Amino acid sequence: MDRILFGDNQFFAVNHISDDKSMAQSMKFKEDSAIIRTLDYAINAGVDTFMCTTHDRIANICEYVRQHPDHYKNFKIFPCMPYAHKYANAMTELGIAGTIKQYVPGNVFGSFFKGGVAFLSKDYLSIMELLIDAEMKMFKGVNTPVIFLQNVMTDMLLGMGMKEVLVAFHQYVQKKYNAEAGFITMNMPKLVEFFEGTPVKNPIICASINKVGFRMSGGKELYEHTLKTKQFRAIAMQVLAGGAVPPKEALEYVCSLPNIESILFGASSKTNIEETVSLIHKFDGVAKS
Amino acid sequence: MAKVRTGIIGIGKMGISHLAILGAHPDVEVVGVCDNSKMMIDAIEKYSSFPCFTDHKKMLDTAKPDAVLVAVPTRFHASMVNELLDRNIHVFAEKPFVLKPEEGQPLVDKAKQKGLVNQVGYHNKFLGTFREVKKIVESGLLGDIYHFHGQAYGPVVTKPKSDTWRSSPEEGGGCLMDYASHVIDLINYLLSPVSGARGSELKSIFSKQVDDAVYSTLVLSNGVSGNLSVNWSDETYRKMTTSITINGTTGKLISDANELKVFFHSNNTPAGYSKGWNIKYLTDLTPTVDYYLRGEEYSAQLDYFIKAVQGKGPNALNTFESALQTDKAISFIRQAQK
Repeated sequence: MDRILFGDNQFFAVNHISDDKSMAQSMKFKEDSAIIRTLDYAINAGVDTFMCTTHDRIANICEYVRQHPDHYKNFKIFPCMPYAHKYANAMTELGIAGTIKQYVPGNVFGSFFKGGVAFLSKDYLSIMELLIDAEMKMFKGVNTPVIFLQNVMTDMLLGMGMKEVLVAFHQYVQKKYNAEAGFITMNMPKLVEFFEGTPVKNPIICASINKVGFRMSGGKELYEHTLKTKQFRAIAMQVLAGGAVPPKEALEYVCSLPNIESILFGASSKTNIEETVSLIHKFDGVAKS
Repeated sequence: MAKVRTGIIGIGKMGISHLAILGAHPDVEVVGVCDNSKMMIDAIEKYSSFPCFTDHKKMLDTAKPDAVLVAVPTRFHASMVNELLDRNIHVFAEKPFVLKPEEGQPLVDKAKQKGLVNQVGYHNKFLGTFREVKKIVESGLLGDIYHFHGQAYGPVVTKPKSDTWRSSPEEGGGCLMDYASHVIDLINYLLSPVSGARGSELKSIFSKQVDDAVYSTLVLSNGVSGNLSVNWSDETYRKMTTSITINGTTGKLISDANELKVFFHSNNTPAGYSKGWNIKYLTDLTPTVDYYLRGEEYSAQLDYFIKAVQGKGPNALNTFESALQTDKAISFIRQAQK
């Protein structure tokens, strides 16, 4: 994985701090061209990996990437699935069974499809595979070397102790998409421990890691200890803690930690993108010397 | 200390999230998971180690839980909670508490009389931002509060769709029961219990049988009045967004789950604030939890419940009694339709 990954929260009105900012972002990135322009700022700053949720609008971005193969020849997308709010809002209205019915391709409750057979034979992992395929459709022809499970799913399965399902995700994306599985979590130390002794070796784990301990469940010290003592490939996200830490201080902290393979960040403006990239390079340089 | 033997009835959207939180809680042993949907129960049985049941009576008889979470459709709450209290089991029920307020009082009394821990899932009170709002209101430094505006918007029903229990008024469906209840409960907690409503408009936008939006003027028991504006058919919001504005003679406050903005007329402010606008964020106000799923508040409210069952903490927030006040306010709002 590259050292720096570009995120997508700013494009889809995800702001952990301010609902006003979130709406302003939604206005700013109304047109796909605004997203593409910002992605190009990142690429020009040397960031070739875009880590994004499987939001409907990403399909348009993928289409643009396919149409401009020369421009995007080094470009990679790390899809993160599922786009949780789509399902959460559907679940409030339709319930769990209704949501599955709506989003699994074909009629899962009929008996003639793979889904129907899977349901009748209680083969839930096949239903999961169908959902993964449905989410991956938009990325056809785009380089997706790592495929992530979103934190809501990872953490729910972690809480319920469903190891087999997380392992099955890992195995399926490898088999079907020749990709590595990644897991986003708000519970990094617990997840690292959970994977010990499973076929998921040296897992890619993306978690909030920041100087103020924001969304670092169990506490910052436990995270630092886990990074120092365990074997896994960490991606730090929410490094600015939603804006609670100034960029310079935030990146200096993250770059000083051991075992962090990549840093994920999102920004809307060219200046912020360039500033973040150069700060990471600067602190990496300091750490190396 | 022995773990709290906990059961859960109802594995829907909230039930499954509670189950994961309980599964990760160091002081909890999940002794039974019950749902009448074979599909959900089979999946949980197959991939987790929780004992699973499709009949809740059988679960109570076999698993003998100390505490039970009730996350079934609202119309089943009253009878199920009653049964649990009769068996001397501590109860955490999802919101809203009961469908008809008259069903609620006997449950409040029974829980009190038996000394059982009772809590309802109004999770906003476990957010650092709204807790800070409560402190500011209680400080009296906003002056005389003369108006409030409580709102919640989100994209649940954004086109005409098929019907489920949530779209049936007899079963506790609709925006008033599901969405507005959170805002009403917050108003009750932050300001004063709602004692009446004037001129309510319940609008069906896309749903056939239930309301998708609720607009009403609320009157509180301390005499202050204000507006309620809730709409779950607003696609300009990515997810449910709840906020409250409070106007006082010496200050004004606007807060949602993430951001608290407060203006003070003079230097007479709570510690840590100053004259003019002040902004505080969830990041400054919310303590880290041991296990996170969907929001700190969901873990914090269950931790609070478990601590109360263990006798290590109070059972003061979100009691049946306070949730019943919200159910009553829902009735006032319904009655105030033209």
